[in-house]
Amino acid sequence: MSHSSDHPANLAHHFTEVEQQQESAKLGMWLFLLTEILLFGGLFCFYAIFRAWNPDIFHNAHFHLDVVMGTLNTVVLITSSVTMALAIRSLQLDQKRAALWFLWSTLILAGIFLVVKYFEYAHKFHLGQLPGKYYTFQGIEGTNPHIFFSVYFLMTGLHGIHVIAGMSIIGWLIVKTSRNRFSSQYYTPVEMTGLYWHLVDLIWIFLFPMFYLIG
Amino acid sequence: MSDTAPKNYLNEQKGIKSWLLTHDHKRIGLLYLYSIMTFFLVGGVFAVMMRLELWTPPSDLFSPDTYNQLFTLHGAVMIFLFIIPSIPAALGNFVLPLHIGAKDVAFPRLNLASWYIFIIGALFAVYSLVSGGVDTGWTFYTPYSVTTSTAVVPMVFGAFVMGFSSIFTGLNFIVTIHKLRAPGMTWFRMPLFVWGLYATAIIQVLATPVLGITLALLIMERVVGIGIFDPAMGGDPVLYQHFFWFYSHPAVYIMILPGMGIISEVISALSHKKIFGYKAIAFSSLGIALTSFLVWGHHMFISGQSELAAMVFSFLTFFVGIPSGIKMFNWVATLYKGSIDLRAPMLYALAFLFLFSIGGLTGIFLGAMSVDVFLHDTYFIVAHFHYVMVGGTVMALLAGLHYWWPKMFGRMYSEGMARVSALLIFVGFNMTFFTQFMLGIQGMPRRYASYPEQFAPLHGYSSVGSLIMAAGFILMGFYLFYSLFKGARADKNPWGATTLEWSIASPPPSGNFDNVPTIDSDPYEYKTAAGPNG
Amino acid sequence: MKVTDSMTAKHHPHVLPLGTYLIIGSLLLALTAITVYISLFDFGSMNLIVAMAVAATKATLVALYFMHLKYDKKIFSIVFVGALIFLAIFIIFTMLDTLRRDDINPIRIKTISPNAVIYQDKPVADSTDTAGQSGVTDSLTVDSAVTDQSSH
Repeated sequence: MSHSSDHPANLAHHFTEVEQQQESAKLGMWLFLLTEILLFGGLFCFYAIFRAWNPDIFHNAHFHLDVVMGTLNTVVLITSSVTMALAIRSLQLDQKRAALWFLWSTLILAGIFLVVKYFEYAHKFHLGQLPGKYYTFQGIEGTNPHIFFSVYFLMTGLHGIHVIAGMSIIGWLIVKTSRNRFSSQYYTPVEMTGLYWHLVDLIWIFLFPMFYLIG
Repeated sequence: MSDTAPKNYLNEQKGIKSWLLTHDHKRIGLLYLYSIMTFFLVGGVFAVMMRLELWTPPSDLFSPDTYNQLFTLHGAVMIFLFIIPSIPAALGNFVLPLHIGAKDVAFPRLNLASWYIFIIGALFAVYSLVSGGVDTGWTFYTPYSVTTSTAVVPMVFGAFVMGFSSIFTGLNFIVTIHKLRAPGMTWFRMPLFVWGLYATAIIQVLATPVLGITLALLIMERVVGIGIFDPAMGGDPVLYQHFFWFYSHPAVYIMILPGMGIISEVISALSHKKIFGYKAIAFSSLGIALTSFLVWGHHMFISGQSELAAMVFSFLTFFVGIPSGIKMFNWVATLYKGSIDLRAPMLYALAFLFLFSIGGLTGIFLGAMSVDVFLHDTYFIVAHFHYVMVGGTVMALLAGLHYWWPKMFGRMYSEGMARVSALLIFVGFNMTFFTQFMLGIQGMPRRYASYPEQFAPLHGYSSVGSLIMAAGFILMGFYLFYSLFKGARADKNPWGATTLEWSIASPPPSGNFDNVPTIDSDPYEYKTAAGPNG
Repeated sequence: MKVTDSMTAKHHPHVLPLGTYLIIGSLLLALTAITVYISLFDFGSMNLIVAMAVAATKATLVALYFMHLKYDKKIFSIVFVGALIFLAIFIIFTMLDTLRRDDINPIRIKTISPNAVIYQDKPVADSTDTAGQSGVTDSLTVDSAVTDQSSH
């Protein structure tokens, strides 16, 4: 796959223009986000069905989630979305140091999110508020209160996996940025990661009220 | 291939590494082609074993448990390992960039990764096969799939992994079609196969993620016991069916839509006539893709879903008949007064028209709730499904394979043997499955290893038919393999077709087009109804 | 090739002012505060609607500004909205089942007419059948027990 001499360095052989390549990448990324939305969508469907079937359980159980921690995590994730957007903006303006700083902030905020999540999970494991057959908690009235925690762990767990995946990609971006791989002429991977990271934020924006606020 | 051939994608680089690390869409298409042929053989062997068992009423050849595994593995292998990747990933990969005048697909590395993901998924499926098999049926319905002691988890995980392969192929094709069309290749100058692939790709990216989450939940249910499909724990097994069919109904259109695209190509090219109703065929592909998402509940009429849902799904199911009917009429109208060339691709295309009509129309019967309640889980369903999938998709695949074979390998196969083989497959297929319509109407339920004496004659015909069909496929394997080495050299355009891939050498050079083509006409501009090469 | 110009042309990214990001970020945080605050009050069934409306507003802001949908080509918005539409189809059609499971259509078999002849048996020589020998059976009447099944 050698590039012919009149091709810019970052242009693959089967594209004719940089613009075409960038828009292809972006369209591909959006289609990937579409699959992510439908992947989570299955769980949103579960939530809707089980909540409609068991409104009392969802109401009673949601008091056992910590709103303070949930709010803290929402603030953390929204802030990380802002820093991610600013990292891209810095690269667009060729401000490498600022971009690095913002990427590091995003990574650290994502780490904080996971630490908070860890404490929440650990507390629930301790109390036996677990999904399915592992549920041992006694404090919630109604039949099958574990359903709430099944859906809670499935959705936040899948979201958490996406946060971890995002963190590893952002870590890779930090390495690449510090090696001067990106500039205002080529920052497609950062932009794509940004889109992904905003989607992770966007999903949390729905998960937070669904579980912590209204149950 | 002989060394005298000019440089092309097959001989430019040599060695196993040049194949396993290739980014060339044509080579990746061939990797898929070899993979699906292997799995078709495996699934076919299971099918013949089943038919041998069913030759006589008692379950004498295999135990009922073994039979349960046979039909599950036949279904799972044929669906997940053969038919879903067959046309889009194998032929689509090879033809799509050639059709739109591109040098490659948009993301060549992702394309290769898709193949590896497919193979990894397939390895899990094979592992499941050797470590005890699966006896749930290819649909993995709960609650049985949660309680059975067979190796459900590796098979389900394999299907889960292969889902990503399908998603990435679809994503790649959508971007390719949007962004890599040659100058002048407007949307309505694209060959209809590309429209078929586009509609397929839309379904792949929209529906497959839901299969992913469903199978992941099934694994969670089995391994961790989260209880969401278990009524004893407040869950609901019917939800599994909703989730499964939200993917798997559109998935049967993943299987048939690209096949319809091939039929449009072959019928136009071998009638040497402009396709009738280009836009109607293009839009009906999209129409089928969109309707496919609205009808999944017709698989669940007796599952215990609400009456309202059943009625809505039944009503909407009839709409699928409209775009399919539009295509049918357009193909027949294309044949009308065409200069019809009855070589192998056309024979398969005609077989498609006959068999898919039967398959499609019986599908309309089954969409009617009252009829479905009577015929549910009988051989009628089996026959309908095979008329659509074998009579439709496999016939289209064979039409496409024979049509593009000279382009892929630069060699012609023996036309005489191809015709014999097509005849054997057509006769064998109808013997095998038309009898099953009759068995179904008489009340023979599917998935049983033994049956009452009264069904013996029809089952006997069916089994003999399957052997005739198998003979046809074996003959095909033979002459196609032979043609690779001894076949006559194919020229650029053996069919006298007008789409772009026939304007370059057979086999094509690595970069497809020496100069990026500029398109200024419709894809099917046949000047006269002349014969081949005319 | 006429594309040569754009091949050598420099890429000019569309840069949003810093203020836009900060304003949107602040709006998102403010909306988070609002949704937490109003969750302290119970609006009954409106709880869900209010919380989802706030979340949808936040999501729209993220999509339009952080994900640049407002400035990018329309195709990306089509993909995004398309995903939401198909997700909605999935959830609505599934709930068409799950919310209406108990909704079984009562089969009301009504008396057609008290004197109607609904079954007439031709006399057969060796028939041992007793029903219908008279030529006229009672009209088919079904009591309301059938309809009671729906109320379980």
